[in-house]
Amino acid sequence: MSYPTDRKYTKEHEWITADGTIGITTHAQDSLGDIVFVELPKVGTDITVGKPFGTVESVKAVSDLFAPVSGTVTAVNEALATAPEQVNKDAHAAWMVKIKVKDPLEMNALLSASDYDKFVSEEAGH
Amino acid sequence: MRYLPKSPADRAAMLQAIGVRSVDELFSPIPAEFRLQRDLAVPRQMAESEIVDWFKQRAKENGEGYTSFLGAGAYFHYRPVVIDALLQRGEFLTSYTPYQAEFAQGTLQAIFEFQTMISELTGMDLANASMYDGSTGAAEAVMMAVRITGRHSAVIARNLHPEYREVLNTYATHQAIPQKLVGFTDAGQIDLKELEKAVGDDTACVLIQSPNFFGTIEDVEAIAEIAHKRGALLIVSIAEAVSLGIVEPPRKADIVAMEAQSFGVPLGFGGPYCGVLATREKFVRQMPGRLAGQTVDKNGKRGFVLTLATREQHIRREKATSNICTNQALVALMVNIFMTVYGKIGLRELAKQNLAKTAYAADQFSKHAKVRFAGAPRFNEFVVQTSEDPYAINSRLLGHKIVGGLPLKKFYPELGHAALWCCTELTTRSMIDTAVGLVAESERSVLSKDAEPEEVTR
Amino acid sequence: MKHITRKATRHISQNEGLIFEKSSPGKAAWKLPPLDVPEVDTAKLLGRQERKDLGDMPEVSEIEIIRHFTRLSTWNYAIDLGMYPLGSCTMKYNPRVNEFVARVEGLANGHPYQAEKISQGALRIIKTLSDCLLEITGMDAITLQPAAGAHGELTGLLLVRAYHQSKGNARKKILIPDSAHGTNPATAATVGYAVENLKSNDRGMVDVAALAAQMNEDVAALMVTNPNTLGVFEQEIHKIADLMHDKGGLLYMDGANMNALVAKTRPGDFGVDVMHLNLHKTFSTPHGGGGPGSGPVAVKKILEPFLPTPVVITKPDGTLGFEYTRPQSVGRVRAFYGNFGMFIRALAYIFANGPDGLRQTTEDAVLNANYIRKGLEGVYDLPYSTPSMHEVVFSDKLQSKKGVKTMDLAKRLIDYGFHPYTTAFPLIVAGALMIEPTESEPKEELDLFIEAMKSIAEEVEEDPQFVLDAPHNTRISRLDETTAARKPVLRWKPEHA
Repeated sequence: MSYPTDRKYTKEHEWITADGTIGITTHAQDSLGDIVFVELPKVGTDITVGKPFGTVESVKAVSDLFAPVSGTVTAVNEALATAPEQVNKDAHAAWMVKIKVKDPLEMNALLSASDYDKFVSEEAGH
Repeated sequence: MRYLPKSPADRAAMLQAIGVRSVDELFSPIPAEFRLQRDLAVPRQMAESEIVDWFKQRAKENGEGYTSFLGAGAYFHYRPVVIDALLQRGEFLTSYTPYQAEFAQGTLQAIFEFQTMISELTGMDLANASMYDGSTGAAEAVMMAVRITGRHSAVIARNLHPEYREVLNTYATHQAIPQKLVGFTDAGQIDLKELEKAVGDDTACVLIQSPNFFGTIEDVEAIAEIAHKRGALLIVSIAEAVSLGIVEPPRKADIVAMEAQSFGVPLGFGGPYCGVLATREKFVRQMPGRLAGQTVDKNGKRGFVLTLATREQHIRREKATSNICTNQALVALMVNIFMTVYGKIGLRELAKQNLAKTAYAADQFSKHAKVRFAGAPRFNEFVVQTSEDPYAINSRLLGHKIVGGLPLKKFYPELGHAALWCCTELTTRSMIDTAVGLVAESERSVLSKDAEPEEVTR
Repeated sequence: MKHITRKATRHISQNEGLIFEKSSPGKAAWKLPPLDVPEVDTAKLLGRQERKDLGDMPEVSEIEIIRHFTRLSTWNYAIDLGMYPLGSCTMKYNPRVNEFVARVEGLANGHPYQAEKISQGALRIIKTLSDCLLEITGMDAITLQPAAGAHGELTGLLLVRAYHQSKGNARKKILIPDSAHGTNPATAATVGYAVENLKSNDRGMVDVAALAAQMNEDVAALMVTNPNTLGVFEQEIHKIADLMHDKGGLLYMDGANMNALVAKTRPGDFGVDVMHLNLHKTFSTPHGGGGPGSGPVAVKKILEPFLPTPVVITKPDGTLGFEYTRPQSVGRVRAFYGNFGMFIRALAYIFANGPDGLRQTTEDAVLNANYIRKGLEGVYDLPYSTPSMHEVVFSDKLQSKKGVKTMDLAKRLIDYGFHPYTTAFPLIVAGALMIEPTESEPKEELDLFIEAMKSIAEEVEEDPQFVLDAPHNTRISRLDETTAARKPVLRWKPEHA
């Protein structure tokens, strides 16, 4: 699997672009299975790096969404409220929130596409 | 032991197959010092006939054959015979929560029909499969409102069932939900002016009961307006479900927390009953309790499953909407069958009879005592104020095999010698006349003793 | 079908729509007696509060109702039809005399607010059951008010909190083993405690060393299920109790598996401070498709002052009554006195058993679980070899190599005429098959079950897809749960709406 190189990744399987758009990875949606609900914060909410800011639900599991970096929510993908299956169809296009990044330096701590790919294959090896 | 299906030979064969010499070996994980070496001191094994006799004796000591005017959250209505006939089918009685949908379609479809009828009756979009009872349901509704609004305090009507308020106190204490109580007017209804002042920007919800504890019907629309104006939700508790046959449902409420006992559930000395929550579609993911939903199977055939389970404790654990697991499914089935029997027309006619009996009784009582809260519409309960302590009146009534109204002093000291009386379709005119006659007699004798009657006519 | 099943045969079952689809104006299943008081003018009495219409409520006749619910009932599996091996749920026989005595008029129609003088029968039932449960658990005091197990947990933790509060510090957290029921952490959160997970050791028990390391003055209590959800007795339970008590903490026992202990050992004797019972598990009250339950909470003396109000007391004149004034009480957890109807059933069950019957019942439950374990060992992976009490937990490790998971095996078991075991729980076993036969199964039924499970294991080897597509013999095949959750349809609506 090759991951888009226009963004950074977390070990909790979120991606974030340079302009602060956040979503979950293809690998994440695959291990969750059919996603039935996405719960997202309201515009204006402050999110903190490493802390949960929302949840994704499959039929029998709930997973927290962790903030890759800190920031303030500027937009929420409302379409996911009625069509959560978009995340399954194309996780790298189905963004969840856009944030105004508080400290761009925090981005440096995140994984590159190739590092993330390596991380995922190592994780699967366990 | 007659419930155990094994012969000594079976047991011996099984022990041999397992490879142990005695059943005690199977209990060896229990440290020896904690193994019980004696018989439990419980009653000896009894024959079925003895068990039946014992409980029949207890029934005789339990008000069998008395006429009762008690309501206050537990109502004596007729239970159609078909309810118990169907309920005792083993496939309902002895099945588990329908997690394996393919093998539990009967229970699931019944829950779906229950949810539909409760939504229809309460005027809400949807309802859950049941909660423990009306009191815990109301407490859960308040916690739900706190989650939805992100606010922390609750405004509670004082004329909400006092025991519901007690339960809410217990639940709210550790959730850090401060409560404000709002009193009632001379009509027994919530004091709207006081309510207006009590609701603030941190109010998650206003919780009222209608018909309220005194039997009076609240102006739900006016209350909803006050709550919604400040962004708070309105929760309406309904303790007397039969009222929904003739009283406009609380369509402006955000959550209805209902006790459905009136719909075919025996009084049973207080339980098991059937709580249920109903709400608007947009709040469904914050609602506790099981939900059955319609879907299709691989071949496109209609079927039902428990759904939105991610709200529940077995998945979300400490983040669940509630810790509730077991609910009141079998009792909900009684309610379901009752609603089906009476249906669209019968529920209204039944409610009308309740209304008529109560109107007659209140009218008769008012000739000899004061009927409080006369200024507002009521359903099947009313408050009678007497010159004598109602406990004393009731103890005389007991001599005539009549159980009088519930004395209110314990819950509302300011009401003095007041008692809450209830009539249903099962209360006959002659029962009412007898009770009124006895109360009138006691009133006359008290009045003749006191030259200056006090408080009676005020 | 590839393999023959001896337990079940397909047969015709009736189709049935929703009750609303049978409704039409003018049909009725009710008849009220003539009104013996004057008719009322509803408009005058109620004004704008009068409801004019009941919308889509059904109108059907009595025979249709009987057929409707009877047909629905035939689509359910039930204990009355056979073994229901749901681990941790304790699906045992529900004696019919329990149902009979619960419906005796004076008990069924007793009003919760009737005077104590005419409530002596109900109070005697509460008192007698309380005494029996205290003797069975070895505890000192009890409340029957909680409506179910999780409600009992809530009550128990409220007591824990009140106890610590009375010592000046409510403490902060509850320790919960990773094998626990989901209700445990959910309850701790409801009572305002943080949850701290406790890892199990390689024998599937509480790791005493880990507990010692985690235990401190911030811990209010440890919630432990014993036997735990693997069906394993916590052999070091007394050490666990000592560890808790040494640091001022309390030991809470989730009594969901008390049916493995009755008359063989008593939690009160091995150091438990507070516990709940599930009358709908151990004491045979029916599960009824999901409830009602009843979750009495038994405590040691130190917790008695905090019990919910009211409590039943014996008065100086020998009669029974309720005591409401208890200044240290946590308050009410439910209106009235609890699920009284379940008390009647549980007590009738205890009467039918007596001390000898209760002991034999526990022994048979443990015997049955071990017989199944022996019968399926090798066929299914046994993740923990620690001795089993009343239930046994296998995993789908062997079968998942062929892509067949515990839920698939469970669905195939339906075709063999058995209700599935509990799947995917406890969480510490990946792909768990949790099997609890209870004492109610004869040897023949157990043999059929073992045979069915072996046969399914063979099918997995021969044709895994056939198992993945199960069930094959039910009215409906596997349901689309994803769409049900994405676009919830939670009530019926008429076509025209």
